[in-house]
Amino acid sequence: MDPAEHLGEQLGEHLFRREHGRMVATLTRIFGVHNLALAEDVVQDAFCRALEVWKFRGMPENPSAWLMTTAKNRALDVLRRERTARTFAPELGRMLESEWTLAPAVAESFAPQAIKDDQLRMMFSCCHPRLPEEAQVALMLHILCGFSVSEVAAAFVSSHAAMEKRITRAKKALAGSKKLFDIADAADFAARLPAVHRAIYLLFNEGYHGASSESAVRAELCREAMRLAALLRAHPLAATPATFALSALMSLHAARLPARLDSSGDLRSLFDQDRSRWDANLVAEGQKLLDLSASGPELTEYHVEAAIAWAHAAAPRAEETDWGMIVSLYDRLMTIRPSPVVGLNRAIAIAQREGPARGLEEIRDIANAERLAGYPFYHAALGEFEFRAGRADAAREHFRAALALARNPMEKRFLEHRVAACSPALTAH
Amino acid sequence: MSEFVYLYRGGQTNRSPEAVQQSMQKWMAWFKDLGDKGHIKNMGQPLERTGKVVKGKQKTVTDGPFAESKDVIGGYTLIEARDIDQAVELSKGCPIFEVEGAVEVRPVMKM
Repeated sequence: MDPAEHLGEQLGEHLFRREHGRMVATLTRIFGVHNLALAEDVVQDAFCRALEVWKFRGMPENPSAWLMTTAKNRALDVLRRERTARTFAPELGRMLESEWTLAPAVAESFAPQAIKDDQLRMMFSCCHPRLPEEAQVALMLHILCGFSVSEVAAAFVSSHAAMEKRITRAKKALAGSKKLFDIADAADFAARLPAVHRAIYLLFNEGYHGASSESAVRAELCREAMRLAALLRAHPLAATPATFALSALMSLHAARLPARLDSSGDLRSLFDQDRSRWDANLVAEGQKLLDLSASGPELTEYHVEAAIAWAHAAAPRAEETDWGMIVSLYDRLMTIRPSPVVGLNRAIAIAQREGPARGLEEIRDIANAERLAGYPFYHAALGEFEFRAGRADAAREHFRAALALARNPMEKRFLEHRVAACSPALTAH
Repeated sequence: MSEFVYLYRGGQTNRSPEAVQQSMQKWMAWFKDLGDKGHIKNMGQPLERTGKVVKGKQKTVTDGPFAESKDVIGGYTLIEARDIDQAVELSKGCPIFEVEGAVEVRPVMKM
């Protein structure tokens, strides 16, 4: 093995990415949210300096701790140098005025629990109601998960320029808010928590269903969403039934990731995945989290979606799926959070239980179905039902429409296979 | 065996953390390779890119060199090699060339 590659493995592909969120969150707390850009600069500088030294002296045992210490020292430098020129976090105000209190106050800010809280503060701050949802997700990914602008752009299949604009605008809004979100205020906390759930959910979905063609990138988005949810679970105010349900749903879906692509790299639908390749640990974890979510009166969309994912996970073979239960869960989901996509999934479940004719009926009844027109799997579902109903020509047209909308090479290949399956030349064999 | 000093000059400093991390990994691999072959006398140190310059009979102190200037020395390593040709050959694996930097190879003066 190439020695550089070997070191890369020891170090982890993205040391900076991993540490970035913790360091920026903590420094932003010390510097004040209006100095967000300064915090990012200091973190970047600390990282580059640390690597410059490691180049010559080798990697320390615990690079994360080393980086944090470097960030802390750089923070102290900045605070000393600029305390007359800038204002820093109002909460720390007086502490920063005297050398007697400065070092201990900063040291306290770098205690492990404080760093955890800082990440939560940042997460809640990113989900500011003034920001549109997609900006919240981009901001979390950029600040808390350390994705560069081009990496965020790649993850969302957006242009670098467009993503840069979105992130810059969102950062400006964040820096313009007077202070970071106060996680000690229980009422505010409870009010903002659903937005945080939503952002994590969207982040996970982008990884799971998103358009990026790099499956590694997408798995990483899923992992980051799960990591952020784990941070929520570790805080008493954030460890709510909805948080557990969201976590359960992500674990149960993530368990299926290894089986979504077969050995030749082709996309496999849920119905013909090799279920032995599902990650048993994640299924068990999901089940445990689902149990933990079942307390209190609150039934969120995450509970229902997790229950659906569980129904799939519990079936050792696709034929053993309890479609009756899944249909009734989708009925429930339609009352909690109706959307054309939920309607489509419900129609697919109904078709599994009652046949393709019923599936087609249900698809025709979806409200606002025009919003699905650009979604390849809407057309693919129509194609599937027509195909099963024995109308290969109609099916082929739908699959072709889906193919024209395919967002990545895997979807494209998958749909090409479906188009081919409809052609008489092949079915004659 | 003779001793040589590698002086690392220049190279882009304004790079993304990912690029810096990759570059560090290459440097470490290069150093490891040199070390395994017994060419490293002393790994040396990285240097801050700016400091003070003291000059003249007046011992005037000025800031400098400036981090922006293109050929600032960013570090040094003490090398053992057969002769300058080998020292030069060995220096060619240095990752600094990928970022428009230079290695200055200077024999340590022998008595």
